[in-house]
Amino acid sequence: MKARAFRYERAHALADVFRLQSEADGGAQFLAGGQSLLASLAFRLSEPSLLIDISRLAELKGISVLPTSDVRVGALTTHRELGAHPDVCRHVPLLTEAVPLIAHAAIRNLGTIGGSLAYADAAAELPACCVALEARIIAVGPGGERAIPATSFFTGLFTTALAENELIRAVEFPCAAPGDRSTIIELTRRSGDYAMAGLVMRATGGRQASRLVYFGVGATPVVASEAANALGPTPWSAEKIAAAQTALDRDLDPPADQHGGPDMKRHLARVLLARAIKKLEAQPEAHAA
Amino acid sequence: MNTEVGISLTINGERISRRVEARRHLIDFLRLDLGLMGSHTGCEHGVCGACTVRVNGLIVRGCLVLAVSLDGATVETIEGMSDTGEIRDLQDAFVARNACQCGYCTPGMLVTAAELLSDAAKTRAVPSRAAIREHLSGNYCRCTGYHAIVDAVETVARARADGAGTGTGQP
Amino acid sequence: MSQVIDPRSVDRPNSYIGRSVPRPNARKLVEGRGQYVDDLILPRMLHVAFARSPHAHATIGAIDASTALQLPGVLRVFTGADLAPHCEPWVAVLAHLKGMKSAPQLPLPLTTATWAGEAVAAVVADSRAVAEDAVARISIAWQMLPPVADMETALDKATPVIHPALGDNLVFERTNESGDVAQAFKTAHKVVDATFHTGRHTGVTLEPRSILAEYNKGDGTLTVHHATQAPHMMQEVLAKHMRLPLSAVRVICRDIGGSYGIKVHVYPDEVAVAVIAKMMGRPIKFVADRLESFASDIHARDHRIKGRMAIDAQGRITAFDIDDLTGIGPYSVYPRTSAVEGNQVVNLIGGPYEFPSYRAKTTVVLQNKVPTCQYRAVGHPIATAVTEGLVDLGAEAMGMDPVAFRLKNLMQDDSYPRTSPAGMRFEGLSHIKSFGVLMEMMDYQGLRADQERQRAHGVHRGIGFASFIELTNPSPFMYGIGGARISAQDGCTVRIDPDGSVVAATGVTEQGQGTEAIIRQIVAEAVGVPIDVVRVITGDTLTTPYGGGTWACRGAGIGGEAALQAGLATKEAALKIAGAMLQAAPNTLDLVLGNIIDKATGAVRMSLGELGRIVYFRGDTLPPDLPRELMQTRHFITKQFPFAFTNGVQASHLEVDVDTGLVQLIKHWCVEDCGRIINPLLVDEQVRGGVVQGIGGALYEHCTYTSEGQLTVGSMADYLVPMAAGMPDIEVGHVETPTKESLLGAKGAGEAGTAGAPAAIMNAINDALRPFGAKVFAQPFTPERILAALGRAPKR
Repeated sequence: MKARAFRYERAHALADVFRLQSEADGGAQFLAGGQSLLASLAFRLSEPSLLIDISRLAELKGISVLPTSDVRVGALTTHRELGAHPDVCRHVPLLTEAVPLIAHAAIRNLGTIGGSLAYADAAAELPACCVALEARIIAVGPGGERAIPATSFFTGLFTTALAENELIRAVEFPCAAPGDRSTIIELTRRSGDYAMAGLVMRATGGRQASRLVYFGVGATPVVASEAANALGPTPWSAEKIAAAQTALDRDLDPPADQHGGPDMKRHLARVLLARAIKKLEAQPEAHAA
Repeated sequence: MNTEVGISLTINGERISRRVEARRHLIDFLRLDLGLMGSHTGCEHGVCGACTVRVNGLIVRGCLVLAVSLDGATVETIEGMSDTGEIRDLQDAFVARNACQCGYCTPGMLVTAAELLSDAAKTRAVPSRAAIREHLSGNYCRCTGYHAIVDAVETVARARADGAGTGTGQP
Repeated sequence: MSQVIDPRSVDRPNSYIGRSVPRPNARKLVEGRGQYVDDLILPRMLHVAFARSPHAHATIGAIDASTALQLPGVLRVFTGADLAPHCEPWVAVLAHLKGMKSAPQLPLPLTTATWAGEAVAAVVADSRAVAEDAVARISIAWQMLPPVADMETALDKATPVIHPALGDNLVFERTNESGDVAQAFKTAHKVVDATFHTGRHTGVTLEPRSILAEYNKGDGTLTVHHATQAPHMMQEVLAKHMRLPLSAVRVICRDIGGSYGIKVHVYPDEVAVAVIAKMMGRPIKFVADRLESFASDIHARDHRIKGRMAIDAQGRITAFDIDDLTGIGPYSVYPRTSAVEGNQVVNLIGGPYEFPSYRAKTTVVLQNKVPTCQYRAVGHPIATAVTEGLVDLGAEAMGMDPVAFRLKNLMQDDSYPRTSPAGMRFEGLSHIKSFGVLMEMMDYQGLRADQERQRAHGVHRGIGFASFIELTNPSPFMYGIGGARISAQDGCTVRIDPDGSVVAATGVTEQGQGTEAIIRQIVAEAVGVPIDVVRVITGDTLTTPYGGGTWACRGAGIGGEAALQAGLATKEAALKIAGAMLQAAPNTLDLVLGNIIDKATGAVRMSLGELGRIVYFRGDTLPPDLPRELMQTRHFITKQFPFAFTNGVQASHLEVDVDTGLVQLIKHWCVEDCGRIINPLLVDEQVRGGVVQGIGGALYEHCTYTSEGQLTVGSMADYLVPMAAGMPDIEVGHVETPTKESLLGAKGAGEAGTAGAPAAIMNAINDALRPFGAKVFAQPFTPERILAALGRAPKR
């Protein structure tokens, strides 16, 4: 399974990237961690004429806490780095919980958050986390930067709001507030597999409804707002939980896949909701930033 | 179309400079350009783990890395790790416990296990059998059913935590 | 040569047989210094990639390779028409499988592609990458034909016939009947029944199929470096079909990265490589990639089995009645044939049990899908799942504990030799004793109590059992009598070298199970030398005795016996010479750990190296008429029983998450009686590996197809294999009932784990689901199927 031939250029600055890309006239693809791209090349599903290696761009690296109380994570942050970073652990603990669920160690050593979001696999963990956390994806193109809310970033199966000539520069996550709780729970056939179904749940300390984002049940992460409204804020009574599970039918329209049909996905989604709630109820609340 | 790129990198401590086809992944570079046959491909799409090697100190799937992206990198393969003696205790345990049957998954399995053990050694922890299984669950073995591999890794983890391991544990 | 090895005597001399000696080849493998076919580079070597049919059934029109040939580095493109004059077609039937039929097959087809994945053109280039580039540029004018992709309707009048000359899609059918089944069911106290499915799946050897063939135009010899289990068989096949003398063909096996039966068959694309090598006179290498593997490695175990079992009022089984249907590929696979799996099913169901009446029918039909053939434990996992599934239903119907029901019905350990209702001859089995060992190992009562407690908390754990028999050490009754040139005998040549070291060349082969290790142990003990001076040669048709390779667990029982006898003969010859040199009767001497000793006193008289020096360099000092044959060859074949049978019992302890359908394996046990154990460590690991392979078929692995004959699992992303995190620890126990067929008494153990594991898993799942009245019988037992059985989510 050898890839079709292509040229390779290593970008040293963002300006290089856009120049090279425009010269390739639609035939270029970006190479960051390569953990999704190289498989795609091996299957000859992708046949670019040029790979632009962006993995050395300093502008896309680093994790910092911004004065706005956001954590800014450079697009080239590997999953390993993300999962081990103390600022992430302290301010965006959901990500720390999510990282070990991603594939296996060797993949996490090279795979990047920018790559995961740009690839937009509907069964992946990080896209759902970003939607659940209402993160902002900072895209950069030849014309400059823009912030795309995660909630409008994932537009279809393996499709994002990025323009052809844009790449992800960073992702900004709001810091967890006092009273915030979050969890991610997924059902996989084997450890490290893409999820049959998964759920990210966030609850704040206040009177707002929680935020429920499912993955593996549609072409993109799905915000289950009807279920969240039916569930309401804590405490979550058995009646509220049952009502939320029923409301899921209005949120989800799952396709069939290799694991099962739409009814099975719906069933798993209901099970996940009950389990996520149990996990959150058992969790201590986030400390003040 | 200029599809070849010059790279310089360090492989098992040896400085190598070559012109490589851009599409060639690291395992093909090791095997076809350098004759280092110890690293194997089992699927070429990053799932089976047979191709696991170490790049810049971290385990990676060699089939998911382009050789041309490794200019300036440090690569360690099973041959190098054998020659330095770093995993001698792990290799001895695999032989004694028969954790290696056909041997095809073994280089990748050893490189992967070595990372678990060196991470654990930082805190003198002994990973549980479940943690060992979890860490190795990206490395497919069809022959052993994994039980013997877990036994071998656990034995070495215990020995290193006791300070009795014969491998240096140091790359 | 009347010594009998008794490993129970721990102070016997040179006691290697029965010991867990590490494998001599393991060291190089853990250092990444093995030598697999793909590691070999020959001068002017070229690479092959195949254009494969994307269609399940289509006429091959014009093949346009013109743009492919323009690529730099591409040398030739071969089609079926190019290769046909250089290769005799083969037909994979066996005469003793009466009525079996299959169509002739060539390395590349001439007119029609009959499965999606079939190679139809070969590109030869200076690298695999360029060959693949060229394949992408080949255009083929296909004319679609209706695919035959449902085995249930394969014989319907309305279904197209894949090979018109055969008349229909029926390959083989057989009914195996004894006693009075009709009466047994008429008068039964209880009848239980179920329809079982085993899902088509495949071996997924981590090293893909690999072959490197070179033809020397200078001397007309073909040398093939081949990842195969049966080099002599491949030598026969290539010589016959390429019209070469047998002596002109040499097949060499290097290290092989897993086989499990996948690499014991004749693959048309591999034969194409050998033919191309001869035509081009340059070394030609082909290594299948993973996509090709799924679409062209043999598949196996695609069966639907309707089973019934009759029980009398005392809870004794009185009859089995079985209807097995299996869909193979469009061709039976050469030369072992694709009817053997179905034939095994009808020979093996009910195997461990005492009952008078039996009827089992198999129907083997063609499909436009990847060809199927023998894969580890061939037929046994299916037969055991059906038998043990019915047995559990029987226990439930009688209100009996599944263990009690089995103990009541298993053949007694003192009831041998005997012939089963299915016609299988058993020399001696230990079902009852093995069950006893299992019960000691697993704390069954404790697990039942735990199950009860956990159920109260909504946690559903299950315990499942599987008793099984496993066929090993086949005689010519397996293949030879059917006309196949597959050897049931095997040979070993043992040679003492001038320094007292020993070389043993054997016809059995190594794929990681430890063949070289056990041959080494046997020879070291038989000759009387330290194990580290013994070197074993395997896998070379030119330099080893003619043999059969390793399959059906024959390595220890047949190859090992030949090695034992050759080793003993070599020692006897050495002692005769020593006797002459030492003026002592040979029967007063012994050879122990490389020294010739006085038996009575244990005193060392001379070293074997000294004997070697004299024989090879100072023959002038020996009596002129003294034979000096320090090299002895012995061949062995089983004579009393057509097959040896081993037995065992497995148990699975697992937990079913009834909300998600996911199964967590807590623990697994296997008690195995493989006769004399040569190396307990290696046997245990064969059992463990086999168990996990069986678990793969039970829970994960499935080559699924659309109704158009398209394989929907193309890569390891879709096809799920067991990985470490999901697998349990596996405890292995042993009983040893040696066979009297040989001095060694070994029966073989490689496939037993796979034979029993799926049945144990199925019974454990159904045990866990008992409170819900839910049952599953279709493998793999996916979350979808479990949830459907529970009524929680309908199956698609």
